[in-house]
Amino acid sequence: MGINREPNAVGYDFTVPAGKPWSHIVRRGEVLRIVDSEGCQAVDTLFYKAGDASERYSAQDTVREQGSPYITTGTQLLSNEGNVMATIIADTSGGHDTSAGACSAEANTVRFGHETKFMHSCRDNFVSELARHGMTKRDIVSNINFFMNVPIEPDGTLAIVDGVSKPGDYVELRAEMDILVVISNCPQVNNPCNDFNPTPIQTLIWNG
Amino acid sequence: MNMTSPDTLKSDTYAAQRARYEALYARGRAARRDFADAVGNPAVIDPALVVASETLPANWGTSMIVARGQTLRIIAGDKTQGISVLLYRADEPTERLNVGDTVKVQWSAKLHKGKLLYSDMGRVLASITDDTYSHHDALAGGSTTATNIRKYGHDQARHTRGNFILLASKHGLSKSDIPPCVTFFAPVSVTGSGAFVWAGPSVKDGDYVDLRAELDVLVFVSNCPHPLSPSMDEPSPVDLMRWKSPAALPDDFCRTSCEEAVRGFENTDALVGLGAQLAKGA
Repeated sequence: MGINREPNAVGYDFTVPAGKPWSHIVRRGEVLRIVDSEGCQAVDTLFYKAGDASERYSAQDTVREQGSPYITTGTQLLSNEGNVMATIIADTSGGHDTSAGACSAEANTVRFGHETKFMHSCRDNFVSELARHGMTKRDIVSNINFFMNVPIEPDGTLAIVDGVSKPGDYVELRAEMDILVVISNCPQVNNPCNDFNPTPIQTLIWNG
Repeated sequence: MNMTSPDTLKSDTYAAQRARYEALYARGRAARRDFADAVGNPAVIDPALVVASETLPANWGTSMIVARGQTLRIIAGDKTQGISVLLYRADEPTERLNVGDTVKVQWSAKLHKGKLLYSDMGRVLASITDDTYSHHDALAGGSTTATNIRKYGHDQARHTRGNFILLASKHGLSKSDIPPCVTFFAPVSVTGSGAFVWAGPSVKDGDYVDLRAELDVLVFVSNCPHPLSPSMDEPSPVDLMRWKSPAALPDDFCRTSCEEAVRGFENTDALVGLGAQLAKGA
């Protein structure tokens, strides 16, 4: 039995501007839809158990338990305690990564040159958004990069390549516990994760 | 007066950024090599260079400081099924191994001789200066209560997550400070259809990986079988030897392996104040 996700039933609707962070509590049973409004926009996302942030999303547990490194419909997002935090219940695009981490000013210097240090990054977005919830850089562990296409080849080759999401593509997550969702609407312009042009995204929550 | 329209400027910037990234990726692919020809370390370390040795029994974890100027040799046995490792900067443990950056910066999920282990701050914590096995996992993590129950039918065995929590607590850290790990001697690959497989040569008694510390690092080691290992054997004990090793010279094969490595070492040298000395060839 699904919940009513008609537009007039939505309980929360927010446009996250290009390059900006966002966070919100999603209660158990609620459905969060993340819309890639203009297409090819990476959405770096962290998950914490509401009320006990020491339990948080674990990429390695999630990919190992499903036997595949890619996130799509049916993926259960596991915590570091092995609990299911959320389930992906819809995915209109595919091409979501959870192995390549979030961009940072410091990693930018290594990847793209020292001159890219003072550019906006997801890690800086995460740090400032987590500070609102009493957390610090230490609390940034693994994340999902929705709409960021990072194929991993049998020889191990791993690279961020052109995204596959079209304007309006979305993923839907059903919260299986009360979770704090923290997003960085990725500001990176040094690789194709945002088609070199960061754009707004939309977050919608249906209350079940 | 500049008559260039904003749209033209935007599309010029776009084209330049795309061309720059594609050139970087092409150079990254061109720089790829297995370093089999690079001069690694002696198979037998001169006892005069050995700082400390410890044997880690099956399923246990241990921690140690490996100082800059030292290398940690992790010596496996023929029943080894993965040795999971975390690294933290000893004097600032909020800086720690970042597996996502490690694979992304190096354009590859494969770790082997010549590869670097990066922190979340764009610095090199350790270099893999030698490696007789070459099949290691950076994607699928270590064992947990749930993986042990599935594998053994009970929850009585130690597991990597439990070992890491214990070790973290002994160093003033907590379970919140446990990032994704790397697991050496764990031949995990991703197939063309996107599935994890465990496929690689058998580990031989005495196979080793050398991790040269580029900063003083706190290292956690867990000798629990990787959750994807099909073996039900008890894992071999692991020998952990710290030995004095020269710092990375300007022509070091790890430092010069690709342009990203050069920049990662520049960041590392800047922290320890070595940049100026190295520029002079000291």
